[in-house]
Amino acid sequence: MKLKQLEASISQLIQFQNPKIELEQYSTGAHIASRMLYMANSSYNDIGGKVVVDLGCGCGTLGVAASLLSADHVIGIDIDAEALDVARVNSEEFEGTIDFIQGNVADCKLKGWKVDTVVMNPPFGTRKKGADMMFLSSACQVLKLFPVGQQSSLSKIKLLYEKDSKIGRSFVSSCNSVHISIMLLRLYQTLSTHREGKFATIVWQLLGLTFYYDAMQTCVQYLSTEIICTYC
Amino acid sequence: MRLLTHNMLSCNIKGVTNGFPLAIEATTVETKEVDMNPDFLRHIFPKLEWKAFRDASHSLGVDDLPEQVDPDMLLDEEFLRRFHHALLEVHLEEGVLICPETGRRFPVSKGIPNMLLNEDEV
Ligand SMILES: C[S@@+](CC[C@H](N)C(=O)[O-])C[C@H]1O[C@@H](n2cnc3c(N)ncnc32)[C@H](O)[C@@H]1O
Repeated sequence: MKLKQLEASISQLIQFQNPKIELEQYSTGAHIASRMLYMANSSYNDIGGKVVVDLGCGCGTLGVAASLLSADHVIGIDIDAEALDVARVNSEEFEGTIDFIQGNVADCKLKGWKVDTVVMNPPFGTRKKGADMMFLSSACQVLKLFPVGQQSSLSKIKLLYEKDSKIGRSFVSSCNSVHISIMLLRLYQTLSTHREGKFATIVWQLLGLTFYYDAMQTCVQYLSTEIICTYC
Repeated sequence: MRLLTHNMLSCNIKGVTNGFPLAIEATTVETKEVDMNPDFLRHIFPKLEWKAFRDASHSLGVDDLPEQVDPDMLLDEEFLRRFHHALLEVHLEEGVLICPETGRRFPVSKGIPNMLLNEDEV
């Protein structure tokens, strides 16, 4: 499927009707969702023929995109029944076969080594402190990047997330299939909500991004072009 | 929900040590055809808990999977077809998933299992 086609399909999905602020329900736009998944597929071969999990799937945008890009099995997990109802309709609309689960990402562990890729646009933790870290940690647990329950795992992710460090780097190299859109979307979010001081934020975050996510470079470059067009 | 998903789900109530596999009580089962991808089947086969998968397929009325399997079978077209069908085409639409240890029941409605735990379970 071509990127244009993917974006056009994604833009037709129904989104949150009554977004629940406390769950940070905002959907990923068709533009960014299609690019993120397209790149994950074409540059990293992480979608087509794979088992993909969409954590906090909301109305299913990322999962449907994965399904359109020929993932063989897609699972979408969300805590909210209303969002899942929409997601189910969206998935049926595209004749996708996505399995949805209503569950809290915090305690919905998936057994075995069956999942190849996690995609997510998690809450940023603006409503519930630590929600972002919880999603990241859950993504790692789904992918079995560390032994379950290991204390150090969370601090490793924190390092990866927050600062330059050797541990952070080696962690990144072992987790290229966590398409942590979180960084991109966090950036996106920051831009759309804090118009002031945006430039400094962008530069800083972009540096962080390119440093941590070589893998995401294309997307980052793309985004930065868009950002510059939109805001500068 | 299909059986590949079932093969990953467990009951994560605090204190439960053996929450897998969840037993299935099926009320409605549906079949939706999808294209078979033999490479995918070969990719996922070694990762499956075969007994749990086969038992679950029985609960959904699929009775043609062998008890003993080995990777050579993945060369057999007929086996692949059955495997594909049970794994990816049969959907549990309405029913209940039951924790093997505590008997806790997780309802499945419109194909979506509700795995949310109560406050006293986490
Ligand atoms: C930012 S939205 C993203 C929605 C969708 N993935 C998208 O990209 O359009 C975050 C989603 O996470 C869900 N969510 C929040 N906390 C959760 C939790 N503890 N467990 C599972 N889902 C959660 C919300 O209901 C919401 O749908």
